[in-house]
Amino acid sequence: MDAVRAFLRHPSGMVGLVVLLIVVITAIIAPIVFPVSPWEMVSAPFTPPGEDGLLLGGDTLGRDVAAGVAYGARVSLVIGIASAIAAMVIGVTIGAISGYFGGKIDLVLMRMTELFQTIPAFVLAILLVATFNPSLLTIILTIGAVSWPPLARLTRAEFLRLRNREFVEAALCQGEGTLRIVLGHILPNAISPILVVTSLTVATAILLESALSFMGLGDPNLMSWGFMIGAGRTVIRNAWWMSVFPGLAILITVLAINLFGEGLSDVLNPRVSRRRS
Amino acid sequence: MNRREFTQAMLAASAAIPFGITRAAGQTRGGTLNTIIQPEPPLLVTAFNQQQPTLTLGGKIYESLLKYSADLKPMPGMAQSWEISPDGLTYTFKLFPNITFHDGKPMTSEDVVFSCMKVLTETHPRARQNFARVASAEAPDPLTVVFKLKQPFAPFLGCFDCTSAPILPKHIYEGTDFRKNPLNDKAIGTGPFKLKEWVRGSHVHLVRHEGYYLKNQPYLDEIIYRIIPDSASRALALENGTVQLVQWTDVEFFDVQRFRAQKNLEVTTKGYEYFAPHQWLEMNNRIAPMNDKRFRQAVMHLIDRDALAKRVYFGNAKVATGPISSKTKFYDGKVKRYEFSVDKAKALLDEMGLKPDANGKRAEIKYVVPPYGESYQRAGEFFRQSFARVGIDLVLVGTDMAGWAEKVGNWDYEMTQNLLYQLGDPALGVSRTYVSSNIKKGILFSNTEGYSNPEVDKLFDEAAVTLDEAKRQELYSKVQQILVEDVPVAWTLELEYPVIYDKAFKNIVSTGIGSHETFGSVYKS
Repeated sequence: MDAVRAFLRHPSGMVGLVVLLIVVITAIIAPIVFPVSPWEMVSAPFTPPGEDGLLLGGDTLGRDVAAGVAYGARVSLVIGIASAIAAMVIGVTIGAISGYFGGKIDLVLMRMTELFQTIPAFVLAILLVATFNPSLLTIILTIGAVSWPPLARLTRAEFLRLRNREFVEAALCQGEGTLRIVLGHILPNAISPILVVTSLTVATAILLESALSFMGLGDPNLMSWGFMIGAGRTVIRNAWWMSVFPGLAILITVLAINLFGEGLSDVLNPRVSRRRS
Repeated sequence: MNRREFTQAMLAASAAIPFGITRAAGQTRGGTLNTIIQPEPPLLVTAFNQQQPTLTLGGKIYESLLKYSADLKPMPGMAQSWEISPDGLTYTFKLFPNITFHDGKPMTSEDVVFSCMKVLTETHPRARQNFARVASAEAPDPLTVVFKLKQPFAPFLGCFDCTSAPILPKHIYEGTDFRKNPLNDKAIGTGPFKLKEWVRGSHVHLVRHEGYYLKNQPYLDEIIYRIIPDSASRALALENGTVQLVQWTDVEFFDVQRFRAQKNLEVTTKGYEYFAPHQWLEMNNRIAPMNDKRFRQAVMHLIDRDALAKRVYFGNAKVATGPISSKTKFYDGKVKRYEFSVDKAKALLDEMGLKPDANGKRAEIKYVVPPYGESYQRAGEFFRQSFARVGIDLVLVGTDMAGWAEKVGNWDYEMTQNLLYQLGDPALGVSRTYVSSNIKKGILFSNTEGYSNPEVDKLFDEAAVTLDEAKRQELYSKVQQILVEDVPVAWTLELEYPVIYDKAFKNIVSTGIGSHETFGSVYKS
């Protein structure tokens, strides 16, 4: 509860949280506010903002940009959160095994992690998505697959720090199993930095998804912000609103997540928060 | 006036005469034409690569025997005259004298026979089909070429434009591996322009071929094809005059309207008559529910093709009525019309038993989006919304170029979009999509949808070998009626690509192949 109270007193963290909540609410109520599919051509092509009942204008086919931004929030959040969780599952598993067992296992797993770290994440993501046809699932898995190395290294470091502590040795002496020690004793003590990094991974995942969609490698059945920018980019000279509004949506959401993540970090990381107070 | 003055005056007058004549015809020598080539072609030898950029640029370098007017009638190219024997089997071409290759060697009938029968039959899929019909090709004298056909082939005279039958130098290619010939980089042809330099990623520089056989031609000194990968930059280059000509997809459809308003530019959709790009929603006839004629007819009713032309192609398209484009010979518009009607589509689907389930969903169909740019993506989205109106879920599947070719060529798709050139004659560019003899697995632009109707086969085959135009019209009218009833593919639009050029340049579009033409007669006023 102390942490929650501390977070509530964290100004930028709270700003992030409030904005993020607005984005989440937008995503939830999108079908109520815009009952017509965002793909439906509701107006003349190139309708400027404010005309024809379209708050943010229409795109090249006459689709409502506002509806697209609202529905895009769903896609971005789902992909962002799901792929961050995927990255966390992969990263924590590898980091935990590596840090707990050490030795040769550690060596092999860390070299593999480094291999992934040396390949630019976006290039690898393009390769993976292009190889397995783009769909919601493959995009989530792809983003998860390119985002786990920092989490693995962090988890390993935490495990290295904690594995020789007295409470772990006590658990060992009591004859507890490896799995129970890892999940029941070490992980709970390592979880706060992992959560912080995972929350920031959501932001990078949203950016990655947008970039993939922008390149035309998104799921063609999902209205996402990156897709909207990609589709509107070529006409930006004639119709700025098609790419500017989804671009703002990405900016605001990613910024909010970063503020939230930093706030979380300050609150959960005692050393930093002590230094600040 | 003494004698010296008189001589000078005479000299001046004689110098002025040719000048005066060219002025009278309005064609002045000199000038540079800057234009765009997009994307950069892999090579310039049109005999070995038939992608559009290669053909556009290579058309200046490689010439053929004939040209075609906007109504697709043959006109002299390198052949000044031609004769067809009454039985329709022997074609005799008389070449212009003094034609030379860019390396200075003369071009003779030997080169024509060699190019058509040896090179093109090996390297040019379209020409291979055409020249496979030739029993023998001979060069009785340097200016005469004689083709003897195995059986009559009505559109044979339509096979000699510079994209279908480019003439290569025999002295360079004979006895070599054509595609690996080191002189391919030099691109030696007989066209009015020759390659000066090609800076990859930047530009291709063509200069006049001094030994060109037509008097005074080419009028221009040079043509520079600039490589500009970004479409917004291409539009800007045209707008500010860096380039004076764009063609095909160089500028996006939505930009065309803007250029119509720019005073120094001419926007025309002429010059594509030979190609007549014909677009359709392709349905794999082998798979349910596309194997039912009523379903395919329902698709025709479902798509508001006027709206498609307006929203996706910004008006640069015309609604297609059937398999043959209105620009191609033997088009017949008196066929069944499928107006946009969701109710009629629903009725047809109900009739065939494809009823909506509890959620209102009738079927789920995968649609492979061709990876050829934005308009294809938008069209896919348009189709998905059209199908949603009757409860059919069109699931768009993205893929890359190789993946699309692989899926469609191997019939591993349910629906996609396709665009084929009609090549002036139904026997050349239309029948290939519908005759059962062209159901060939692995080959793109064949009868990939798998439609098979013995009557259609018979009509197409007969029309190809019939020489009487009226009789051919009758056969093609009949085949159009049958196909429009059967709907093997859902024809959507005849695309009208623009040619946009600076009004200072004349004769840019003078034939049915437009910007692919040699440009020998293009001049700057």
